[in-house]
Amino acid sequence: VTARWRLPTGGVIDRSRPITFNFDGRAYQGFAGDTLASALLAHGVKLLGRSFKYHRPRGILSAGVEEPNALVSVGEGGRYEPNTRATDVFIYEGLTAVSQNRWPSLAFDLGSVNRLIARFIPAGFYYKTFFGGPRLWLFFEHFIRRAAGLGKAPRRPDPDAFEHRAAFCDVLVVGAGPAGLAAAEEAVAAGQRVILVEQDRRDMEGTGQRIAAAGGRVLTRTTAAGFWDHGLVTLVQRLVEAGQAPGKDGLVQRLWRVRAGRVILATGAIERPLLFSGNDTPGVMLSSAVRAYVQRFAVLPGQRVVIATCNDDGYATALAVLEAGGQIAALLDSRPSADGDIVGKVKERAPVHFGALPLAATGGAGGVTGLEALADGRVLRLACDLIAVSGGFTPVTHLHMQAGGTLAWNEALAAFVPAAARQGQVSVGAGAGEGLPAGFSYDPAPGVRLKTAFVDYQNDVTVADLDLAWREGYRSVEHMKRYTTLGMATDQGKTSNLMGLARLAKAEGRPMPEVGLTTFRPPYTPVTLGTLAGEAVGDDVAPHRYLPLHARHLKAGALWQPSGYWSRPRAFPRPGESLEVAALREARSVRVTLGLTDVSSLAKFEIAGPDAAAFLERVCATTAAKLAVGRGRYTFMLREDGFVFDDGTLWRLAEQRYLLTSSTGGADRMTAHLSYVRRVLAPEMRVSVVGVQEHWGAAALAGPFARACVHELMESEAPRHMSATTGRIADIPVMVLAVSYSGERAFEIYAAAPDIDPVWTALACATLARGGALYGLEALELLRIEKGHPEVGAEIDGRRTPADLGLAKMLNPRGGYVGAAGLSRPALQAKDRQTLVGLVSGEPIPEGAMLAPSAGADPEGHVSSSGPRLTGQGAVALGLLARGGERMGETLLARSPTRGKTAQVRVVAPHFHDPAGERYRD
Amino acid sequence: MIQIRCPWCGPRSGDEFTFERPMDSLVTLDAPAEVAMARLYTRENPRGLSWELWRHAYGCRAWIRVSRDTATHEIAEVALLEGEP
Repeated sequence: VTARWRLPTGGVIDRSRPITFNFDGRAYQGFAGDTLASALLAHGVKLLGRSFKYHRPRGILSAGVEEPNALVSVGEGGRYEPNTRATDVFIYEGLTAVSQNRWPSLAFDLGSVNRLIARFIPAGFYYKTFFGGPRLWLFFEHFIRRAAGLGKAPRRPDPDAFEHRAAFCDVLVVGAGPAGLAAAEEAVAAGQRVILVEQDRRDMEGTGQRIAAAGGRVLTRTTAAGFWDHGLVTLVQRLVEAGQAPGKDGLVQRLWRVRAGRVILATGAIERPLLFSGNDTPGVMLSSAVRAYVQRFAVLPGQRVVIATCNDDGYATALAVLEAGGQIAALLDSRPSADGDIVGKVKERAPVHFGALPLAATGGAGGVTGLEALADGRVLRLACDLIAVSGGFTPVTHLHMQAGGTLAWNEALAAFVPAAARQGQVSVGAGAGEGLPAGFSYDPAPGVRLKTAFVDYQNDVTVADLDLAWREGYRSVEHMKRYTTLGMATDQGKTSNLMGLARLAKAEGRPMPEVGLTTFRPPYTPVTLGTLAGEAVGDDVAPHRYLPLHARHLKAGALWQPSGYWSRPRAFPRPGESLEVAALREARSVRVTLGLTDVSSLAKFEIAGPDAAAFLERVCATTAAKLAVGRGRYTFMLREDGFVFDDGTLWRLAEQRYLLTSSTGGADRMTAHLSYVRRVLAPEMRVSVVGVQEHWGAAALAGPFARACVHELMESEAPRHMSATTGRIADIPVMVLAVSYSGERAFEIYAAAPDIDPVWTALACATLARGGALYGLEALELLRIEKGHPEVGAEIDGRRTPADLGLAKMLNPRGGYVGAAGLSRPALQAKDRQTLVGLVSGEPIPEGAMLAPSAGADPEGHVSSSGPRLTGQGAVALGLLARGGERMGETLLARSPTRGKTAQVRVVAPHFHDPAGERYRD
Repeated sequence: MIQIRCPWCGPRSGDEFTFERPMDSLVTLDAPAEVAMARLYTRENPRGLSWELWRHAYGCRAWIRVSRDTATHEIAEVALLEGEP
């Protein structure tokens, strides 16, 4: 394929390095330095996609990141990025891109029938379907959802790596145009550490070396995506192009978090198009973009060019086109007159019309064929294959505004420029409105067909849509934005927002600055999710902690379950056993003989000092001072609002020394809570609180044979229920706490974490020798449900008082604990509260099911945990039920619409196994 | 992400800190129920500077008082909580 629009010389491209790429299944050739857009334009490819709503043919409008039209999907398989701007991806060997939003093909697109029904899908169409009642919305929802979205999301996992990095500098300069380079040079000369960021490719060796020599760095293909608080700017660095295979390190993008002493914004300006009918036809291009294609990429995107402008920028483009051998059919200047060198130069070589306005472009998927314009008091019909437009320039103030700055209105540009800064950010160059050609045009010429004059190209918002929104009463710029979706596409209205604002101001009869602007939010350009995730994918999503016995459980064939930061054994299935079967076997073995499980990950705190007891009576809602040395008790903690948030056991190891255990998953929260009570609420107390969670390894031995087993291994009497003792097992010093969670006689055996292995081995051998089994969390769950112990996360769900859970009798009668005040609120004392109940049934009880007297009745509670009965038939469950205490014996329906299951259940007391605790009490 | 100048550690990224509560919603252990509930549930929510309690949880674990502008995140002052060592 010949690149017949490529100029024979010039441009910042490397003609010695041809690159082959593929677009919509066809191979093309470009040169190193080409963007996908410039390389396609060189081949005369004008049609790149179909628009979002009406499926109108669209081409390339710009030569930068503001591009609203030319969105393509780049790459294949997992290495794939949809909605990539063709103007913002540099070609590489083997690049594969496809156009979007068309079926079956770009040239013949069935979706374009939407254009025929355009009058039925005006602005606010979605909202109107809502107001038409649920049936109307339900009717349209199917079609809307099918049509929604531009590109398709990747279907495979991303094979590449992303990383996050932090950096600090004295001065961060965003943008390496002339103003940015000058600012960077100045800062370096003042001895400052500079980071210079440029989203484009740019060679700047001299400045780069000086910056590096001063300890700074230059990052190209890097976008300052967000300006946050206290000088923090996030940068997205492209190490390879979209869809391109990474180098050896496997990295494709890097997210920088730069904390800068000062930020200089040299972000440039974006040109706006003009409003006329068909202004979205392929071949209508921004004036500055035409110049960029001619001068930087050596591509003349049209041979016969009409220029429609309102400032001197159009003249510069006319000269560039003429230099490149193109023809200027006419230059239409909306101003009544203009002079100056550049105007004179163009006048000598091309027809220039003042006071001239574009009316309508003709053409279609094949590109523009002409332009109708109002000039010299008549309608001109100009044949052309390229229309270069300039409606004026909008300084890029996104980062300035994200940083909390304010804007001022610039009359000459009819645009906003940065005013007050909040974080000391300074805007320079075109981004500050400096050096931009004066002149602007927001109004379509009289007689322009407004239904095809596009303001927001990407979301297909026309001037007519904006007018309709105003007529329907949308006066606020924020409301108009949401009603019409103006500026809400992936380009966030970079080319369109001010045009929309101008239309609203005109309708309102108010000056533009009074109408106001919508909020600027990060990111400046779209960021792929992989970049935000960085290294936090797969197993690295959160820190991982290993139990001291991890390797041993691995050998024993454990199935794992995440629990807090830990992986804990869920079950130890025998070959061929399912999880359910293994858990039932393990749990029954605890009931009948013996079971051994790992409880090392429980949160543990050592609380010591003269005021240890007093401190604990603040943290815990139960008593602590009465506890005799060597004894333990169940305890629970309240939030200030009176709800239970965690529970555990409390052991008095010495007169002034306690051990407190609490739930694995709540360890961080408990650590913070203890610190809060200690440091903030009770700073006068003489007490130390030390987290010893990872100091101890711990195993729980439970079952009818547990006592004999401990006796044999320790060679001394096992402690009585809720007592603690010390001794040796396998010659390792251990602490043995007699406490039962399973409902059987049980002991928790603690040893220093590095020494736990021989202790575990001895316990495991003894367990297996007695016909017992190792058990995991799943069996533990079945055991505690049958025993009726509430669990953090299931029954203790942050909405339950001690009374709701049947724990009121354990409250410290003297009060003084955190939560005592909250507990006294009338609502927490109400009689109709949901309380903990037991539920039994002959069939499985669906967890999470609603509890109601009949199928049609309102739910009065829910099933919080359920499982099979371990000794006997049927199922048991715990639930929370309104006035539960009064409803023993009642029959209810447990209905789970999400699981599609229902069971008939009977309400009983929440103790299904040994209610009096005879199996473990002494 | 804000940056807080820990009195012990110097300027540190906000993700090392946890927010506890505005100082005026602090409930002492001996507060009567009405006072406690008023401080928790019906306190003022000012726009502007507000003294807040933070903890350098993923750093030195100190409890600190931070005077932060709730509208702009500007931090006027940071101090150790009284009684902190």
